[in-house]
Amino acid sequence: MEKYVCQVCGYVYDPAVGDPDNGVAAGTAFADVPADWVCPVCGADKDSFSPE
Amino acid sequence: MRIPTDIKDGIKWVGAIDWAVRDFHGYSTYKGTTYNSFLALDDKVALFDAVKKPFKMDLLHNIHKVIDPSKIDYLIVNHVEPDHSGSIPELMEVIKPEKVFCSGRGKKALLDHYHREDWPYEVVESGQELKLGKKTVQFLETRMLHWPDSMMSYIKEDALLISSDGFGQHWATSERFNDEVDNAELMAHAAKYYANILLPYSNLVKKLVEDVQKMDLKIDMIAPDHGLIWRKDPLQIVQAYYKWSQQETIDKALIIYDTMWHSTEMMGKAIADGLIEKGVSVKIMDLAAEHRSDIITQMLDSKALVLGSSTLNNGMLPRMADLLCYMKGLKPVNKIGAAFGSYGWSGEAPKLINKSLEEMKFKTFESISCQFAPNHEVLKKCVDLGREIGSAIKQG
Repeated sequence: MEKYVCQVCGYVYDPAVGDPDNGVAAGTAFADVPADWVCPVCGADKDSFSPE
Repeated sequence: MRIPTDIKDGIKWVGAIDWAVRDFHGYSTYKGTTYNSFLALDDKVALFDAVKKPFKMDLLHNIHKVIDPSKIDYLIVNHVEPDHSGSIPELMEVIKPEKVFCSGRGKKALLDHYHREDWPYEVVESGQELKLGKKTVQFLETRMLHWPDSMMSYIKEDALLISSDGFGQHWATSERFNDEVDNAELMAHAAKYYANILLPYSNLVKKLVEDVQKMDLKIDMIAPDHGLIWRKDPLQIVQAYYKWSQQETIDKALIIYDTMWHSTEMMGKAIADGLIEKGVSVKIMDLAAEHRSDIITQMLDSKALVLGSSTLNNGMLPRMADLLCYMKGLKPVNKIGAAFGSYGWSGEAPKLINKSLEEMKFKTFESISCQFAPNHEVLKKCVDLGREIGSAIKQG
């Protein structure tokens, strides 16, 4: 599964890790991350992310 | 200067002036800076932001002139970067505040810096209010402006925005207010601050200004954590930020080069001739003479950047690599670029520069290389490149 990078702060969303602190389980593809999820580092919207 | 200054009724500047700092993690501060800290005196006493560690005694001295520091009830940490928080660990021992207010990311950053689980953190979110007595503080989270923890504090009754690093300038002065200094110089320092600190977050700056306009927030004064306080016409700096955030450019080009034996310099000056002929304003910046942060300031309103480097050991000169590395991180948009340079036997530098410009999504031109010293023909090619770039600038 593809990793996605936050264009604001550079945080990388890794599907293998997910974002468990914010309710996204490990193994969740970026496409399946909820639309209202935000970057855990800088708070940018999901559409601020691009494939790595 | 250690004199507390009234900025509003019951609110005092109690910060520190750093007359001597000349290098701020790679940003040149030829005229020093200030670390502003504000003390609000109400039923509850609140200190907004602290100062860099070596200036702790200046801050405490100023607070002492107003009130016993142990009477401070609340410490508000708008931003955790050590120039504003470095003195906090020692300050905490003296003031022992009832609460330390910060954003969620602020708490994490304070823990990651100072490792004190025992401090009385109180995490606040955008829009949350804190009553001091007659005065009300409203918090406004400004994530990535310019750190994840960044927030601002708005004092409603005074229409005062304590804006953290936003709207700041690195300029040490004995004056505290914008109407006491030369406005053109002040705006130049503010532009340098924007270009070197906030440029990569321009989209967020634009959105913040638009959001604040929608909120119809009355702003009578803007007090940043560095430099002068915007007392007269405070919205001028908000408007300037809005303009800078859109990275609007004028018909201006920078010729930036590093040269070994003047050949690359000659080429750059010939390119400048072509640009000037087309009516473009040109600044020639020799990397041996100019600091990277001043080049970035000039880049803010420039449409084109023409970069030259001699080839050294199959690469570009290190000062050019330094500039490109710094520039890339600042994410400039909508620029035109070109590369040039002299070489002895291999000539990689212009190609490497062009590659770097393409990575930054500059619209680029074919580079010009010249073996050893340029002859008339090479210089004519350079003038022609200047003309070509000039025409592209003029076409917008």
